[in-house]
Amino acid sequence: MILQPLMDGLIAGTMIGLGAIGITLTYSILRFANFAHGELISWGAYAALGVSSALATAYGPLATPIGPFSFGWSLPIGLLTSMVLTGLLALLVDLLLFGRLRARKSAVIILVMAGFGAALTLRSLLEFLVTSKPAYFTSALQIAIRLAPGLRATPDQLLSLAVSAVLVLAVHLLLTRTAIGRAMRAVSENQQLAALAGVDVRHTIRIVWLLGAALAAVAGVMAGLLVQIRPHMGHDLLLPLFAAAILGGIGSVPGAMLGGLIVGLTEALSVQFIGAEWRAAVAFVILVAVLLLRPQGLFGRPA
Amino acid sequence: MIELLSYGAFFLTVALTYAIICLGLNVQWGQTGLFNVGVAGFVGIGAYASALLTTPDDPVRFGGFGLPIIVGWLGAMASAGLLSLLVGLLTIRLRADYLAIATFGVAVVVQLCALNLEPLTGGPFGIGFIPRPFGWLAEDRMTFSLLNLSIVVVTTLGVYLALERLLRSPWGRVLRAIREDEQAALALGKNAFAFRLQAFVIGGAIMGLAGAVQAHFIGFIAPENYVPMLTFQVWAMLIVGGSGNNRGAVLGAVLVWAVWAASAALISAVVPPEAQARAAALQIVMIGVAICVMLLVRPRGILGEVRTVSRHVNEVSGKK
Repeated sequence: MILQPLMDGLIAGTMIGLGAIGITLTYSILRFANFAHGELISWGAYAALGVSSALATAYGPLATPIGPFSFGWSLPIGLLTSMVLTGLLALLVDLLLFGRLRARKSAVIILVMAGFGAALTLRSLLEFLVTSKPAYFTSALQIAIRLAPGLRATPDQLLSLAVSAVLVLAVHLLLTRTAIGRAMRAVSENQQLAALAGVDVRHTIRIVWLLGAALAAVAGVMAGLLVQIRPHMGHDLLLPLFAAAILGGIGSVPGAMLGGLIVGLTEALSVQFIGAEWRAAVAFVILVAVLLLRPQGLFGRPA
Repeated sequence: MIELLSYGAFFLTVALTYAIICLGLNVQWGQTGLFNVGVAGFVGIGAYASALLTTPDDPVRFGGFGLPIIVGWLGAMASAGLLSLLVGLLTIRLRADYLAIATFGVAVVVQLCALNLEPLTGGPFGIGFIPRPFGWLAEDRMTFSLLNLSIVVVTTLGVYLALERLLRSPWGRVLRAIREDEQAALALGKNAFAFRLQAFVIGGAIMGLAGAVQAHFIGFIAPENYVPMLTFQVWAMLIVGGSGNNRGAVLGAVLVWAVWAASAALISAVVPPEAQARAAALQIVMIGVAICVMLLVRPRGILGEVRTVSRHVNEVSGKK
């Protein structure tokens, strides 16, 4: 009885975790809580949907399901394109808005507020373009595989778990083992000192946006594949994303993923034992508990 | 002519209820630099508290205590103030943007409670039969709407004058000192946390009052009145009008509400019915762009903050 909610929670948790990694990176390196991050998830999902359906219309065989999965090659291609497109969108917003405010040395809270305005603009623009009707990557039905007594998962769900695990490991290695990762950590420690030591701060910030947006696009495509695509999907994920990032400790990639898993599992268990109508409150309760007991998060350092 | 006058009274009444919310936000953001992203939650708490206290007894839910409207309004301020106190105690000591994230969560949870705590809030159907001031005059629409307008005007003016007085007092000076240079204020022995908390609670209580005033003007409340859109509108009003300036807060509320109402009227007149939902999304884009553009182009708003040291300085130097 308990196994199935755990599986559902695990899958929801990895989606939250991928989004939370983007939040935690921009938070620790650009130093502000980006309320527009949820919109990158929605735009990423719709970009992938657009590219994938265009490909499928242009060349039918691309839509034929691959092996046990519900989608054809058009979706992976659409996802990769969308990761780039979402990255470009993030860079555009930075160029128009955040970059200018940074250049002016605006207070952190002004950046937060600008993100809030950008989120509203992006979300409603998307709603204008695609209407609020839900969309799906595929209409194919999938039979869930029985993994153990009382535990079922579809091939799509298992693939999503595997892809997330690989991505988390890749981002962790990128941050800890490469030159650009070192540059990111340096900028997050102290921007001026990093610049003095020869780190190209503007280049580093661009990479952070690209990375965070690409992960947001993956999270959006996963959410679209496993649930559905709506213009408000990113906004609805925002509170769980922040709860996960703060629970994990701002700046910690493994922490964000672990935080996402904890939030996802708690949500699934509360749906099972309390009722689905209170699901949206779970992230808030976790957030309050973290702020009360351990404001620096699991892997964070005290401020 | 009567129609126009009656619409004018209605428009101004609604706009001024937003102005009261804006004044509350101005204490938190404009004077103290506390970023509240959950305005809708605090307004909603006030509206529900007042509705519970003043509606006639209802057998299908808790309460309906039938108390006088003024008791409802005081209850609204107390409950929104209490909520602000709890949120403030939790987050104001931490990083500045944790308050933003926490208040965002508060708004989500308040809306969820309004929707799900059916025995208390009436669930998705909301609460009706909220007594309206001068309800017995509702037959005579003109007198009724003018009397309602005057109540809202008096309330707005009262809040405005009280805040102006407060912000020119030593208390208000300390708030601005903390906002500008916390280290210096701390060095002078000011307890920054306590002052911020007080400002946050006062602002929250005013938002609750505004929620109650709105609820009693309309006579009916439901969870969908307190969605994040309300928060966005109020922020746009304050930023356009001029944060830090109470007259700016009122001006911004009337101005943004006028643009909002006019564009809504335009959409319903020009756009075919099947495309109206899309056009409404563009209306929201307009609010978002307004916030971003104001931050970039004119961060101080139309009426910026007026530098005040103390009202006694002008008296001593002989200027008005």
